[in-house]
This record gives sequence, structure tokens and C-alpha cells, in this order.
Amino acid sequence: MSAVLPTGAVSQTAAVSGTGAMSQAGKVLHREGPELELISPEHVRLRFAVADLGSRALALMMDLGIQLGCVVALIVALSALFVLGGDLGLALFLILFFVVRNFYFTLFELRWHGRTPGKRALGLRVVARDGGPLTADLVFARNLTRELETFLPLSALMAPGTLLDGAPGWANLATFLWIVALTLLPLFNRLRARLGDLLAGTVVIFEPKTRLFDDLVGETRAMEADAQYTFTPGELDIYGIHELQVLEDLLRRPYTPANRELYREVARRILRKIGRDPQEEVEPARFLHGFYSAQRARLEGKMLFGVRRERKVR
Amino acid sequence: MKDTLKSYQLRREREAGWRELETLLARADRRGLRRLSSEELYRLPLLHRSALSSLSVARSISLDRNLVEYLENLCARAHIHVYGGKATYGATLRRFFITTFPRTVWELRRTVAVSALLMILGGLCGYLLTLRDPDLYYGFVPDALAEGRNPTSTREELREVLYMEPEGQRLSGFAGFLFTHNAQIGLLCFTLGVAAGVPVALLLFSNGVMLGAFGALYTRADLTGPFWLWVLPHGVTELLAVVLCGAAGLRLGASLVFPGRHSRIDSLALEGRTAAAIVMGCIALFLVAGVIEGYFRQLVHRDAVRLAVAVATALFWLLYFGILGRPERVEPWEEGA
Repeated sequence: MSAVLPTGAVSQTAAVSGTGAMSQAGKVLHREGPELELISPEHVRLRFAVADLGSRALALMMDLGIQLGCVVALIVALSALFVLGGDLGLALFLILFFVVRNFYFTLFELRWHGRTPGKRALGLRVVARDGGPLTADLVFARNLTRELETFLPLSALMAPGTLLDGAPGWANLATFLWIVALTLLPLFNRLRARLGDLLAGTVVIFEPKTRLFDDLVGETRAMEADAQYTFTPGELDIYGIHELQVLEDLLRRPYTPANRELYREVARRILRKIGRDPQEEVEPARFLHGFYSAQRARLEGKMLFGVRRERKVR
Repeated sequence: MKDTLKSYQLRREREAGWRELETLLARADRRGLRRLSSEELYRLPLLHRSALSSLSVARSISLDRNLVEYLENLCARAHIHVYGGKATYGATLRRFFITTFPRTVWELRRTVAVSALLMILGGLCGYLLTLRDPDLYYGFVPDALAEGRNPTSTREELREVLYMEPEGQRLSGFAGFLFTHNAQIGLLCFTLGVAAGVPVALLLFSNGVMLGAFGALYTRADLTGPFWLWVLPHGVTELLAVVLCGAAGLRLGASLVFPGRHSRIDSLALEGRTAAAIVMGCIALFLVAGVIEGYFRQLVHRDAVRLAVAVATALFWLLYFGILGRPERVEPWEEGA
């Protein structure tokens, strides 16, 4: 960001507009953090943003809540049967409880292609690490370990006494360490995989969000600017791709009074950098749009001839 | 300016296709791929491929970051739907029990043999040791499982358990309990495999010891025949399931210790799938065993019928894994059919 924008101005606008300036418009699609990269069968490189642990924990909590709700509903629904004396009710309860406990995640992830209600709410999805189909055995494998990873630590937290009742101290310590190691496993690998993910070879990703904004070059401001401002090749050979895209981020922000000052400041900096008089009277938005179009045309033209200039010259 | 920009032209020419793909994907996300019409399903891979080609082009000619990121994410989304696999529950189940499960078991037959050997070894140890020194029984069998049976029980008391009349009408509940309890242990067996398989081996062995100790108890009371006829009708299936789950766990452990030419992580992922398939199949086995144990054992007390059921289940599993499990010759042109 600091390449084109004065840093002071950024934090200032962030404070004025109230929302984080970084998260606006142009930044929406771009997620920070680790990525899963794979080559599609068409030999195109695809990238998926790996889901962060906070979102996954939240999704898990939602799913556990729904599971608990299911069990309570089961008890209520079947207690009627149970009271009537049929032990069919008990058998049904035991089996349904078993299903809810062990197969809630499996059934949903099979049906919804790697999503559970919690994951859906948070925009997460399970995919195979190699980009292949999410087959039944993958879903089984990644969810079979939940017993060990979720329910065991939970019961250890809620009722520490029931776990390894009467076992010697060292056994308790070993169990405790084992549970801690399992729980922290996702922190220690790049793809944030828990044990089940490692067994199945799966990754939890953020659903890719698709938002296509208008091309800045096609906007009316850019067209007006074409007529008003012209740049020499020498002036356009100073900045690189990085600066161009930082400028793109700026231009995609709404043109509010607060941003107007920022635009003016950036225009002044560019003028100085390309060797013009910084005090030259320009209409900031129109100037920047014009500069963006011209700069992009210049850099794209060079790229066609195999020259990619990533950064500014000096 | 915009008319001379190739990236602008690319977008103008192809944007309609991207937008169409986006709408299709949004609907598939909300209501599932099966709700798309056949016309739309036909369009999906075409649009997907066209978007991929746009992405490749955009990466080499466009510096509009929003455009490139949009196409990247669009293609990623489409990839999930096009290559995501979309079988129904019914098809998945059928395929699983007719091909995947028996074949996986057949492939792992050596590990299964090791697993069975461990249990049998445990059984022999428990049997011989308890036969020599009945007091060891207390060490081998936890009170909860003993149902009051111990070396001081009389022959009559021991016999009584074998031919117990069902108390009241609690059969279904009992069967349900047996199934869920055993299946839960099977699942645990799988997960424990991650610890290099050592806990699995211990579990298998101690399970055998327990059974052996019971056997010795009955042999001392001269009830060997009736005891095994009490155990085996459901035991064939149940012990088989335990052995298979154990094999899955052992396999997992082996994949970690001896990853071969794969990295440990990849090796774990590969074996994890196989092992998970076995454990899922075993849940069905536990269900069968639970029903036999919960109903049949309580209701049928004739030794001949018990023997017949034990033999029949053993034969059934042998044929199931032996016939369905053996891979048939797949002609090259049939692959993936």
C-alpha cells in the first residue's frame, strides 16, 4: 500500500470512514492466509483460501449445537414411546443417538458436498487435497476421528473424573498431553488440517467468492480523462504492476469527501514522481483514472512482449 | 484507450459466459446440482472450460486484478461442482457394499490375518493361563462383563447364563445397546491406529485374553460345547468385525511407521481412506451381530440351531469377501465405467 499511498492518509481515512479501508471494494476477493494450490485437469493453476481456525471453530460449535438439539428432540419424541412400555423406543433412541453422534457430519458432508449447516453458514467447504472428488470414503475417514478429537476432549473438560477413572497419575498426564497435542494439531501445519483431515487427505477452504466490478478503464471518468490528460512513455515507465494494482484498489473505493483528500494527495505524489509540477492543477479523480488507464495500457502492452515489470524503478 | 486494451476486449467478449456460469453455480450451491435442468447441466462443463481458458488468457494479458481474482474464484467454484463427485446415498451404499468394502478387505487380507493372529494369541494366553490358575480370571475379565460369573460360580450358575430366558420385553433395547456399544469400540480401534498401531494391537490382544479366560472358566465347569455355541452365533460376525477394525488400525499405524515411497502425510491420507472404508463396513457387521446377540441368543436355546447359525454366518462372510472381494480382470476400455 505504501508504494503509492502516503501511509498517514490511509490510517486517516480508515478512521474517518469507520470501516477498515482495506476491506472495502477492491479487497473483498483477496483473502490473506495460507492457500491450497492445485493444478486442474485442464492444467490451469487454481488457488483456494484455507479456512482459518476461528471460522472452523465457530462452524463446529454451531454443528455441535444442532447435534445437541437433535438429541433433545429425540428424547422428547421417543419418551412418549418409552413411557408406553415398548422397548422399541429405547432401541430406536439408542440407534438414532448413535447415528446423530457419529454420522451427523458424514451424512451432511456427503449430501451437501463437503458442507454441514455450520460450515454453510460460515461459507466453508471440505475439498480433497488433490482436487479430486470428495468421495464417501474421504468423508468417512475425516469424520471417524471426531470421537477422539471432539467428544473426548469435551468430556474431559466437562467431567474430568469419568476419563480413566482411578488410573494412575502418569496415565492421566499422558492422556492430557495426547488430547492437547491432538487439539493443537491444526496449528502446526500449513493447511490447518486436524487429524481427520490428515487421514482423509482433505482441506477445509473458504468458499471462493465471486464479485466482478466494472472495468475501471471502461468508466466514463476514464474516457473523459483520455481526452484531457496524456502521458509520455517515459512518464509511464516509472511505476510497475504492484503500484498499478494498489491504485486500482484506491479507485474502487467509493468517491466520498473523505476519500477525495486521499485522491488529491495520491495525484500530487504521482505528479512529483513522474517529473511533473506537483502543484499542477488537476481534477484528482479524473487524473487518477486517466493515469490508471494509460499505465495499464503501457504495462499490458509490455507484457504482451514478455516484459513483466513488477515494481517501480526507484 | 479502452478499445486498444486487449484485456478490456477479452472481458467484453466473454463476460456473458462468466455471468451465466456464476448464476448456474449460485443455484447449484443453494439447491444442489440435481435441480439444474439437463440443458443447464450440459452447459456447465462447457462454461467451466471456457472460464478456465479466460483465466489463462487473463493471467497473461490482463493487469486488472479484480478481473483475474474473479476468474480465479469462479473457476475454483466451478471446479468443486464439476469434479466434486455427486453420488446419491443409495448409489453410494450399493457401490460400497458390493465393491469397495469386500475388495478393501480382500486387499488387506494379510493385515487381517495378523490382526486375527493377535487376537487368537491373546485368546490362547487367556485360556491356558486361566485354566492353570483360575485366580487370574479376576485380572483378565472386568466385573462389568462378568455378569456375576467367576471361578467360584457353580456349574448351574454358569449354565444359567447361557440359556437365560429373556427378562420381560427388553430385547430391542438390549440389541440396540449391544450394537452401539460395540460399534463405538470399533470406531475407537480405528482412531487409535494413529498412535503407530500399538494401542490397537494391545486392544486386540486383551480382547482375546478376555474371551480365553471366559472359555477356560467354562471348560473347568465342563461346559465347553455350550459356551462356544453361546458365543459363536453372533461371535463369528462380531469377532470378525473387531478383527477387521483392528486390521484397519494396524494398517494406519504401519502407514505412519513405514510410509514407503510416499511422504508420511500422503501415506496416511492414502491408508486413511482404506482403513475408513473397512471401519464403515464393520458398522454393518456390528449391526448384524447386535441383532443376533440381542434377539436370537436370548430366544433360541437349542444347540443344534445355534451351531447352524454360527456355521451359516461364517460361510456367508467367507463367500462375501471371497467372491465379491476378489478383483475381476478389468479390461482397459472398461476402466472407470
